[in-house]
Amino acid sequence: MRRSMLFLPGNNPNLLINGNCLGADAVIFDLEDAVSPAEKDAARILVRNTMRYMDFGGCERIVRINSTDTPYWKLDIDAILPQKPNLILLPKTSSAQDVLEVDAYITKVEESLGMERNTVGLMPLIETAMGVENSYLIASATKRVQALFLGAEDLTADLQCKRTKESREIEYARTRLIVAARAAGVEVYDTPFTDVNDDEGILADATLAKALGFTGKASISPRHVEVINSVFSPTQKEVDYAYEVMEAIALAKEQGKGAIALHGKMIDAPIVTRAQQTLAMAQALGMERGN
Amino acid sequence: MSKVVKSIKEVVALAGLKDGMTVSFHHHLRNGDFVLNMVMEEIASQGLKDINVNASSLFDVHTPLLEHIENGVVTGISADYIAAGLGRAISKGIMEKPVQFRTHGGRPSDIVQGRTPIDVAFIAAPTADTMGNCSGKYGPSACGSLGYAFADAMFAKKVVVITDNLVPYPMQDFSISEDWVDYVVPVEAIGNPKGIVSGTTQITRDPVGLVMASHAAQVIAHSGLLKDGFSFQTGAGGASLAAAKFLKDIMMEKGIQGSFGMGGITGYLVDMLQAGCFRSLLDVQCFDLKAVESIRTDPRHKEISAMQYASPTSRSAAVDSLDVVILGATEIDTDFNVNVHTDSNGFIMGGSGGHSDTAAGAKLSMIIAPMFRARLPIVTDRVTCVSTPGSDIDVLVTQGGIAVNPKNVELTQQLKAAGLPIVDIHELKEKTERITGTPRKLPKGDRVVAEVIGRNGNLQDVIYNVP
Repeated sequence: MRRSMLFLPGNNPNLLINGNCLGADAVIFDLEDAVSPAEKDAARILVRNTMRYMDFGGCERIVRINSTDTPYWKLDIDAILPQKPNLILLPKTSSAQDVLEVDAYITKVEESLGMERNTVGLMPLIETAMGVENSYLIASATKRVQALFLGAEDLTADLQCKRTKESREIEYARTRLIVAARAAGVEVYDTPFTDVNDDEGILADATLAKALGFTGKASISPRHVEVINSVFSPTQKEVDYAYEVMEAIALAKEQGKGAIALHGKMIDAPIVTRAQQTLAMAQALGMERGN
Repeated sequence: MSKVVKSIKEVVALAGLKDGMTVSFHHHLRNGDFVLNMVMEEIASQGLKDINVNASSLFDVHTPLLEHIENGVVTGISADYIAAGLGRAISKGIMEKPVQFRTHGGRPSDIVQGRTPIDVAFIAAPTADTMGNCSGKYGPSACGSLGYAFADAMFAKKVVVITDNLVPYPMQDFSISEDWVDYVVPVEAIGNPKGIVSGTTQITRDPVGLVMASHAAQVIAHSGLLKDGFSFQTGAGGASLAAAKFLKDIMMEKGIQGSFGMGGITGYLVDMLQAGCFRSLLDVQCFDLKAVESIRTDPRHKEISAMQYASPTSRSAAVDSLDVVILGATEIDTDFNVNVHTDSNGFIMGGSGGHSDTAAGAKLSMIIAPMFRARLPIVTDRVTCVSTPGSDIDVLVTQGGIAVNPKNVELTQQLKAAGLPIVDIHELKEKTERITGTPRKLPKGDRVVAEVIGRNGNLQDVIYNVP
């Protein structure tokens, strides 16, 4: 379950060591934009040691390494991979070639560490026009890719438009990424909402992201985590309906029927799949059936 | 008859101050106070020695006391709180005689019972009339409540009111009345308004503080105490204020009206009063301008004396009607004993204030503290100083989980059932030390520099010098 992913600056020890207390399903240790070139090595060591010594419990650990057009990305992978992050977030991914280059290097490092191939997943960060247009090829480039991640700040710069709270300028990119990711069978995550003090804005933005089909949403502020978690959690009504669907299916099987209706609507395979997803999430969240 | 005396110099002589006597001060002007320094300077210049200072609290603004200590003018100090500037010197052993720490309830109790007699009380008053009726609510140095000054005014042998806003007799809305007052001294300024109250007290923006505050509000919400008639006290720390804000949201959502909010009052408690979360505020001290404005204008916001607030020998004290209090700690040990007197290196930097009183009175006493500050773990095997005994503490809230005192079996179950992250305090300590390492034991001096007197008059602990 990865409803919320919280960025933590790789050069901020206080936030790093408290990262598992901030309520996010995953934290993203950032070695890229949050860290100035002069501090790249210090942040890399700090993040490595945090991952080595801190128990993050059920909170996933993701690392945003530097992009392949910098001298840092291989050093980042060398330091981080032994700590077995759940995912590597690869910024400025614009083509399948970018993915393949990093995949090859990660594979090499995995082998040298005696780790099984694809132990560490890859999440390309799509934040260029070229990346959006190549998103399906990126998502399906290698088995290592587990998800796509939309980065709207850099993208809007590349698109030469203004980033707004209404987000009309990223409508195409959002839907394009969702379709590409789902077609490739991987997850897809929405860009952070950057106004830390706009409580209504984050709620509206997360609600839209969920409605469009995103799996979850990233955040640059711990203040947004709770809202994102709540938007991307199933409601009690959805959980109850999922139980009803599964019961109806069980009943249909028992009665030897091929199809069955629930509340006047035919239950088909996608509805069952959705119900199974909802129940899996409900179980992870400790939600039980309501009355 | 006139009580107005031209200067502090004259009043020191008139009041009959002699070597070995005790003078007292309140701390409502906090770090902006001029009065204690002005009076002590005069006492020193008149050649008096061996004076005992009984102040409800001492702040860094009072560091000129160090010189009076070195010169033998001041040989005894009794206070409920001593800030780090003076505290460090005391911990280094500047005084021959140990400092006596009391609580905000214990101090007036001892004054009323005659255990700590005061020869002359000097009461800084933001507004006073010519006969000594006075108040903290008005004037350029307004501080709001004068709660800590009542016992001194009522029981000192001589009472001197010092004001920078002398008004014609009779002032209307007074707190301390003329029948207790012997002399009134007008001065140019009793304090620096910037140090007296803050413009606004801010809730924390630190994400870790917000996590703790959210946990704290959830503990209260699931404690069984949050219902109509609920009563609440919290401090002015960033995380405590954030907890009050979260609590307000819960109370508003559920339509709960509490009976009273208490303590050092901040604008956040005033907001809760105005939003209908409480029927009244009981105010022994104001922390910010919004609180001062409120106590001046809103009859539901009531000034109370320190005796009514917390004295264990009063016929009743408001702390005993308190449901929940949120408190801080510099250290807490695995038996839930709390230290608020010294820092982790053993230097005096605080005091109980109302900590022990409210912890003893409230049904739920909650400590909010991070797992570590800088690199120092907060949970220890044994606190440097027992400020408040663990038997009076119910819950410790940290960002890494909530530890419940094992005596609260039912509460533990309630909080677990609510899905809150409950941890054993020993586990919390281990978890923290995995990050910080285990600190080396402090070198302890062999000389007692302070006695911590419990709210009931017992010698609760002693503080040793730092070598």
